[in-house]
Amino acid sequence: MNSFWLTMIIVGMLTFGIRLSFIVILDRWETPPMIQRSLRFVPVAVLSAIIFPELILRGGTPDVTFENLRLIAGIIAILVAWKTKNIIWTIVAGMGVLLALQYFL
Amino acid sequence: MQSAKNEFLHGIKDELPILVGVIPFGMIYGILALSAGLSKAEAQAMSVIVFAGSAQFMLVQLLGVGTPALVMIVTGFVINLRHALYSASVAPHVQKLNPIWKTILSYLLTDEAYAVAITHYYKKGDSTRKHWYFLGAGLALWSSWQVSTAVGVFLGAQVPPGWSLDFTLALTFIALVVPTLKDRPSVLAAVSAGVVAVLTAGLPYKLNLIVAAVVGIIVGLWSEQQ
Repeated sequence: MNSFWLTMIIVGMLTFGIRLSFIVILDRWETPPMIQRSLRFVPVAVLSAIIFPELILRGGTPDVTFENLRLIAGIIAILVAWKTKNIIWTIVAGMGVLLALQYFL
Repeated sequence: MQSAKNEFLHGIKDELPILVGVIPFGMIYGILALSAGLSKAEAQAMSVIVFAGSAQFMLVQLLGVGTPALVMIVTGFVINLRHALYSASVAPHVQKLNPIWKTILSYLLTDEAYAVAITHYYKKGDSTRKHWYFLGAGLALWSSWQVSTAVGVFLGAQVPPGWSLDFTLALTFIALVVPTLKDRPSVLAAVSAGVVAVLTAGLPYKLNLIVAAVVGIIVGLWSEQQ
């Protein structure tokens, strides 16, 4: 067994440990109300933190002009998601706009 | 009340749109892993053992430039730290499950499974079988990650980048988040987290996600008090 296998196994165990961590901790520990209230914001905060850079960054720098096709497609997708609350329509609209702009511009 | 089987199938179904973005990513990982010098067995095994896309990408890149093992381990750990937030977030929902369930669901707790599962947990309806939904979503993602890795590793195939399929991941997350923005605190949490993530994008190892999430949570709590 070479050292990369060992590296891989250690990273795997650490990753699993991180994913299990609070599932175990919050089970044994009387959670302060403050923490309980903050948990409601985790999904919206984390997912927005993933979405915004995907739409705004181009090659690592922010671009909020109309040259940024992903930003335009993303804004349309946000409107469609808001109106329809439907995942498929949101993806169809976002991908449709992005591919059309890539093709025609 | 939904049956376990219905919940499970529903979880698989809701994970499908995300797979459109994940599968090309898995294929690219497979190809990159081989070019960094991993054997086919090592490349595939990493998808099973580590099962975390960004960390796997980073590890094969570091390996390719001859990074010491300890640095790779620390890097892998830091990149995956954001999963601690997911762990805390799902914890109250899986509290009553037995240790085997908790172990399996923890192993499956990736960005993509978390996004779908937590949205389902917050939906109305007091099903006590939502963990089956989580399992369905997690296993759908897991299987496609393994198969797409294998396609990259053994067939060397990839989807042309011009198809921009990676964008479907952001679009799915948009579709999951936007309908949950029902009050001022959540809107402010979303916008502040998003802006901070862009401003701190220069931080290494995806640490901007953690900084941004913490800011978003604080802003949300603050707004709730107003």
